[in-house]
Amino acid sequence: MELVTPSIGLVFWTTIAFLILIFVLGKFAWKPIMQALAEREQSIEDALSSAEKAKEELTRLNNESEQLLKVARAERDTILKEAKQLRDNLVADAKGIAQTEANKMIAKAKVEIDNQKIAALAEVKSQVANLSIEIAEKVLRNQLADKAKQEALVADLLKEVKLS
Amino acid sequence: MRIIGLFKPNRNKFILILAILSFNSAILFANEPAKNADSEHADAIVEVQDSTAVVAENAEATHENAKEEKFNPSELILEHIADSHDWHLWGHTSLPLPIILYTPKGLEVFSSSHFHHGEHPYTTANYTYKIEENKIVVLNAANEVDEAATKTIIDISITKNVCSLLISVALLLFIFLSVANAYKNTVGKAPKGFQSMIEPIILFVRDDVAKPNLGKKYAKFMPFLLTIFFFIWINNMMGLIPFFPGGANVSGNIAFTMVLALVTFIVITVNGGKVYWSHIFAPHVPWWLYPLLVPVEIFGMFTKPIALMIRLFANITAGHILVLSLISLIFIFKSAAIATVAVPFTVFISVIELLVAFLQAYIFTMLAALFIGMAVEEPHAADHH
Repeated sequence: MELVTPSIGLVFWTTIAFLILIFVLGKFAWKPIMQALAEREQSIEDALSSAEKAKEELTRLNNESEQLLKVARAERDTILKEAKQLRDNLVADAKGIAQTEANKMIAKAKVEIDNQKIAALAEVKSQVANLSIEIAEKVLRNQLADKAKQEALVADLLKEVKLS
Repeated sequence: MRIIGLFKPNRNKFILILAILSFNSAILFANEPAKNADSEHADAIVEVQDSTAVVAENAEATHENAKEEKFNPSELILEHIADSHDWHLWGHTSLPLPIILYTPKGLEVFSSSHFHHGEHPYTTANYTYKIEENKIVVLNAANEVDEAATKTIIDISITKNVCSLLISVALLLFIFLSVANAYKNTVGKAPKGFQSMIEPIILFVRDDVAKPNLGKKYAKFMPFLLTIFFFIWINNMMGLIPFFPGGANVSGNIAFTMVLALVTFIVITVNGGKVYWSHIFAPHVPWWLYPLLVPVEIFGMFTKPIALMIRLFANITAGHILVLSLISLIFIFKSAAIATVAVPFTVFISVIELLVAFLQAYIFTMLAALFIGMAVEEPHAADHH
């Protein structure tokens, strides 16, 4: 029966002990501890959420730069393409111009050659005529000395000279 | 007394084991009265007879018997789980503790060593005191117990349990003030050393005991729950230490558990909201059931803390009885060979008692949180009932 009969002394001292504990620990232990724990949890949560934010930001930036890169690549391609076209055009143009020029020159040369030929022929003809006249003169002079011979000479000369 | 002293250290090793075998202890208790009666009878016979050789032999034999039967497991166990006015250390050495008596003639303070282990009365200026069955009684001029005077004195001595209790309080203050200090020194850093051992337990009380039962209002009751949890736990653990600073059965004492239950009852009642009181005085039943239900609910207000009180007391006391019973087996059978069975069993039970020490602190705190949670319930939540 002693076992289940609370003794006043222990009740008294337990009450005092418990009250001391709850006041001292409540004020100087539980309060700062709970506060520190809450603060730490808050800071961890903040750190996690800011990390998450940073990650999102990074993804966004990555996407953006990729987008930029894509645009830049497309631009480069266009520029290259345009340049190539331009070059092709230029070359083609140059070729055309050169061709025409060459053609013109060739045509000019041809005309010149023809003219020269005509001039040369004319000269040849006039020379032939002069020669003929000279010959004729010589012949005439000889003939004038000997009529018969003159005539024979003329005939010979004429045989020799062939009009080309 | 001598035998108890001899194997007290052993007992201490095995304190944890006793919980499981508590039935056995009932059997052990039953042996006790018969033995005492036998030895007294034997002494009487010896004096009456002539001193013939035969009789002398008989007498010797009976004396031997009487001596050996001094080992009485139930007496030993009950002595251990009860409170006492001095703290037995080893053999014949005890630590005297202060006796504090509040008497009609004023406060009396003296050392328990004056009683010489309860064998002698001690006379102060006011009364003559003596310890009888762990209680301080007042003797009258004829050296008889003065019942009337005994009733007027209030014994608030620093007994073994009170001393152990104060050691636990000092330990708790030391541990938690230094841990709180560690929190101040490591702001924004990871917990270190002892702090990181205590922190998970504090978080356990907060996240698994307080928050689920108390909801948003948990913060207000955290100091109470943490204090009660660590107070019970440390006293349970101290009780498991077999030698001096531990070994007292504080949390297995009904006075200790009664105070904790009473505090819990006060916290519940003071914080009881509209929902709590309407549950008791206006339950959701037809009005004609009120005469039946209202008394039941009022009764229930008291049974909850009483259950807390009995549960802790019974569990811890059973644990102590179990360990002591197992160790007593060695002395009951008077054979060291039994130790090969009793010691491993005691170790096994001791380990279980370590778990029980935590578990009972947890259960007490858990139920206290649950009851407080019911008391502070918000009206909207009550609609589900």
